[in-house]
Parts: sequence; structure tokens; C-alpha cells
Amino acid sequence: MERYLDFLVEYGPRFVDGTIVTVQQTVLAALLAVAIALVMGLMKLSKLFLVRSVATTYIEIFRGTSLLIQLFWIFFVLPLFGITLEKFTAGFIAVGMNLGAYGAEVVRGAIISVPRGQYEVAIALNLSPYKRMTRIILPQALIAMLPPWGNLFIELLKGTALVALISVTDLMFEARQINGTTFLSAEAFGTALIIYYLLARLLISPSMLALERVMARKMGRTPGG
Amino acid sequence: MFDWKWDFTFEILPRLLLATTNTLLAAGIGYTIALVVGLAFALGQRTSITLLTVAVRECVEFIRSTPLVLQIFFVFYVGPQVGVTLAPWTAGMIAIGLHYASYLSEVYRAGLDSVPKGQWEACKALNLSMGRSYFRIIIPQALPPAIPGMGNYLVGIFKDTPMLSVIGVAELLHTANAVGSETYRFLEPYTLVGILFLAISLPAAFGLRRFETWARRALGVD
Repeated sequence: MERYLDFLVEYGPRFVDGTIVTVQQTVLAALLAVAIALVMGLMKLSKLFLVRSVATTYIEIFRGTSLLIQLFWIFFVLPLFGITLEKFTAGFIAVGMNLGAYGAEVVRGAIISVPRGQYEVAIALNLSPYKRMTRIILPQALIAMLPPWGNLFIELLKGTALVALISVTDLMFEARQINGTTFLSAEAFGTALIIYYLLARLLISPSMLALERVMARKMGRTPGG
Repeated sequence: MFDWKWDFTFEILPRLLLATTNTLLAAGIGYTIALVVGLAFALGQRTSITLLTVAVRECVEFIRSTPLVLQIFFVFYVGPQVGVTLAPWTAGMIAIGLHYASYLSEVYRAGLDSVPKGQWEACKALNLSMGRSYFRIIIPQALPPAIPGMGNYLVGIFKDTPMLSVIGVAELLHTANAVGSETYRFLEPYTLVGILFLAISLPAAFGLRRFETWARRALGVD
């Protein structure tokens, strides 16, 4: 136990540095994933075949292959086409694009779960298609999609661990480095695992629950709200 | 596409196809472990021993919320520290099997929870043993709602096998990395790996949907 405390004192700052990078990657990737999911989810519901097929192709490609392969492709192959990305950028873009494809299905599912009558009422009230979507349909869909998004964000956090493999100095990268120099594998990897767990359980899950409560109140779905 | 070399493509294709068998093997072994251990995880959370239930629950939550790639490293490097030196394949199968066992235990749990309580009461009334109740009455009813989730995770474990390359399991991505570092060409190997994955996972997902409908009918749900 005392040995572990010494270990923490010595390598704690590096774990903190790594955690900061992991959080940055997670937040940036999450923003990208939400944006892509909204666009692709809506495109998949389009009446136009071409728009629908673009979304389907995107979703199937990103869900049909592995995140790690997409990451390597973006980082090592894209430069051959003249698009060179910084490793940090390549990291969160790959994670965001991958989870965005999964999110698109969540968005699509949530939108079609809004009762048909809501569309009809919006049309009867002569709301423009844009207003119909942003004021009537999406807010109701949002409530249905929040719980699955909570899971997706945890998947996303876990996905960011892979960016260490293109040398982004995140939590996993630091853990590997420390393991490489000290050979204290249980301490190095174990500490990182615990930090990931705490990020998921103490940061993502509670904030998603809070968001769910706020949304439910705003929509008047809770008594006394 | 510019710079795409077809002769190089056909030169490395056999090697990648051979590695694909390793990928499929890894997914198969990992999934088999996950099916069995996952059931143990699910049943462990249904005992009347509170301590065991809580311990298993926390364990599953921990495995589910932390990155698989880190768990692979953990198993591979911590094994020798406690005196068990594991081959990359063994360590990889343990890590990926346990990770997916924690996912599958949630699927099983949802399935078991969906069986009406009256079924248990009926088992008790008919004086069926615990084993008979589970295997003849409860599990056959818990299975159909669990099948879609189980199918998704079968495709999921297949797509997560590239992570095994980090400890040197010679699967598809590992081979592509090797080709890349030998020839300094990354376009063809990485693109081929992506295409191979699509070529397997898309038909597999389609096949699983068909299997679901068939299984639901065979089990007399629809």
C-alpha cells in the first residue's frame, strides 16, 4: 500500500496530464459526434433517395469497420490524399466520426418514435418544416434519445483510449509510458483503469441524468415542473 | 484513385486473407468465453446473497465502463507480475472475453427480467428443481428478447479484435501494420483491412437479422 502511495506521488502529475488530454479528446469528439449524428440522422429520414443513401453509406461504413482501423486510416492514409492532420486532431475526429454513426441511428430512432399525430398537428397549425422539426419534433425526440446517448458517451470515452496508439499523450499513453519505464504494470494500468471508471461513473453518468431531469422538467413531463 | 497499386494489392491480399481467419478465430473464441462467463455474471447477480450480487454488479460495471484496449494491456502485462506469463493469444482472449461477458450479462439480465414472475411461481408450484426451472422454463422464454442484443455483440466483438494487435496477436490489423512497416505503403493494407471488415460485418449483420426472425418463429414467439 505504501509502495502504491509512493508511486502515486511520483507519477500522479503525469496521470493528471493524461487525464486532461483524455477529457479534451472526449469533449471534442462528443461535440463532433452529436453534430454528425443530428445531420446524418435527419438525412436518413429524408424523402430524397440520394440524401438518404449518403447517410446510409456513412453510417454503414463507420459502423461496419473498427474505430482503430478508421483512426489509422485517417492518420496514416489521409495524408496520401493531401489531408494531413495533427495527431490530436486526427484522434478526436476519428472517435467523433465513429460514434456519430452510432448516434445517427439513435437520432433516427428517437425522431420516428415521436407520435405521428405531432407531425399532423404541426402541419395543421401551418408551421414551416423547419419550425415543425426544431420546435415540435426534436424537443420530444431529445427526451427519448438522452438515455442511449449516455451509453454512447461512455463508449466514446472508452474509444478515446485508442488515440494513444497514434501517440496522442492521453491517459492510456501515459500509463503505457510509465509501465515501460517502471515495469509496475499493475499500478500503471490499474490506476488508469480506475481513472477511466471514475470519469465514466462520476462525470458522464451523473451529468446525463441531470440533463434528463432538466429536459423532462422543461418539457413539462414531471409533476410540479 | 491515385497511387493505388493493384499488383501490390494482389501481392498482399493472400497474407491479409490468411490473417482474416485469425481475426474470425479470435472473435469466435472470445465470444464463446463471453457467452459462458456472461451467463455466470448474470446469474451471479440473481442470487439471494447480497454481497455476491453487489460484488458481481460492481465488477460488471467496472469492466463495461473502462477501455478494452487498456484491459488487454492490463491482463498481458500484469500476468507475469503475479507469476502467470500469458501468451498474447491467451491474454487477448481473456481480456476480450471478459469485456464482452460483461456486455452479454446485461443482455441476459434484461432477458431474464422480462420473464413474468408468475412463471417462477408456477415452477415452484410444480416443485421443479432450480436447474430444471432455469433450463426448461425460464431460459427458453428469456432467450428470444435477448437474441438481438447477443447478435449485435457478436458483430461487436469481431470489430473489436483489431485491438488485440497491440499485444501482438497476428490478426488482420497486426498483419496490415507489418506489411506497412515492411513496404512503407499504408494505403493498400489499411484500405483492404477496412474493406475486409465491411465485407464480413455487413452480411453478418444482415444474416443475424434473418436469424432473429427465424429464431423467434422457431421458439414460437411470433
